[in-house]
Amino acid sequence: MSGDDVDESGGPDPGDDEAAGDPGADVTARNDRLVESLLAGEHRALARAITRIENREPGYRDLVSRLYGHTGTATVVGVTGSPGAGKSTLVDKLTAAYRDRGDTVGVIAVDPSSPYSGGAVLGDRIRMSAAAGDMDVFVRSMSARGQLGGLSTATADAITALDAFGKDVVVVETVGAGQSEVDVVRAADTVAVLVQPGSGDDVQMLKAGILEIGDVFVVNKADTDGVERTVAELTEMIRRRDDSSQRGRTAQPAAADEEPWQPPVVETVATSGSGVDELLSALDDHAAYLARTGAGERRAVDRLTEEIRRLVRADANDLLADEIERRGGIESFARRVRDRETDPYAAADEILEPLRECLESRGDNSTDGPSTPE
Amino acid sequence: MSTDTERGLRHRPIRCLIAKVGLDGHDRGAHVISRAFRDAGFEVVYSGLHRAPEEVVQAAVQEDVDVLGLSILSGAHNTLVPAVIEGLQSYGAFEDTLVIVGGIVPDEDRERLREMGVAAIFGPGTPMEETIEFVRENAPRRER
Repeated sequence: MSGDDVDESGGPDPGDDEAAGDPGADVTARNDRLVESLLAGEHRALARAITRIENREPGYRDLVSRLYGHTGTATVVGVTGSPGAGKSTLVDKLTAAYRDRGDTVGVIAVDPSSPYSGGAVLGDRIRMSAAAGDMDVFVRSMSARGQLGGLSTATADAITALDAFGKDVVVVETVGAGQSEVDVVRAADTVAVLVQPGSGDDVQMLKAGILEIGDVFVVNKADTDGVERTVAELTEMIRRRDDSSQRGRTAQPAAADEEPWQPPVVETVATSGSGVDELLSALDDHAAYLARTGAGERRAVDRLTEEIRRLVRADANDLLADEIERRGGIESFARRVRDRETDPYAAADEILEPLRECLESRGDNSTDGPSTPE
Repeated sequence: MSTDTERGLRHRPIRCLIAKVGLDGHDRGAHVISRAFRDAGFEVVYSGLHRAPEEVVQAAVQEDVDVLGLSILSGAHNTLVPAVIEGLQSYGAFEDTLVIVGGIVPDEDRERLREMGVAAIFGPGTPMEETIEFVRENAPRRER
């Protein structure tokens, strides 16, 4: 009844379902209240906003758009590594280090969901003791929910919410396996990749595309056997990476006048907190490097390019899915192709024809901003 | 911007926090229930052991859960549960959170906990289906 009370009264928001496709007045009003409360620093509003974003509820786009104008101040750090490498524990210690110097922290912990039930057990909070009782640490667990490609969009939007809320640092933590996780962590300005000693699996993982995205490498559990070898292997791999492809994550090569970034290898023992200060300065160094050179800007543009592309693709897919539905469903096309009445290319052309016509007819008067066809 | 909802991503799984509050170190029950909830399609945030009431409140608020399941085997429910409920109230989060308690609660305490706002208490031997069914039926459907 006090403090953080978010006014979302007015009943269970009737009309949510009817309003699909059009945010509608009540959704807009709800977003007004939510954005206002979030910007005023109410934790519950932030939590709600992330829920809306995660669930893709009606009006979430409008919500993200409004929050976007308030972003740009947070440093986003991605932490990834194989299961059991100690990510959660390290993120906890890192969070404590950020808090010690007065930074407010948001953490997004992504866990896989069960492919069978769709449910998930999100256990990242178990290791979070730095966050205990400190509301300036906002931890949010997200399940992958089997969303195809949607996860990275949802995570990026959740980062937007935390940034708008005013967090100085946002840490995104995810298992480094599979393309969608790699995409998630790419939303970060700086990516730390965690490896544990003596694990051949980790080296395999690095081969599978994680090596390219690391800006800082961390050999965690550095009090166990095989540390030297792992550090040596890692250093060697990084050198080869930089020799063969200057920044694998970007299509264009680094500008000639730009100093290259040498990813450091930091040894930590997350359980004791040893090496965490070194990790923090390595992350700071990278942030400074991004700001000093053109690398930060190029990276941001690359990231946004990919994000916009993803949205356009998803939206175009939706529009086309509707169109296909109107014309009797994709299966009716498939049957006609099977019966040799038409062929796959002609079927695709047939579906896309109205879109193509529409775009062509707009031709030269397309400068007045985006609006959906029809 | 006509497509404001993405197909197929609308349904929200029931989101729960399973929390071990207080000093008892027995988390078998919490683990079992977490897994059963997951298999029922819920999204379960597990707190880990020995959480103080304010930590539980913090987690429930930040994770924006529909259901808060408190596992208490220490017998300290008469102090821990009110502390959690007051905390939720201070964030305006009590109204749309279903609070349930699992563990050993003597009959004479049950009524008091219910009056405080605990929706249900599940003692030892409660069939898992019963708990899952209760959550399905009573989880607040504040928005979808």
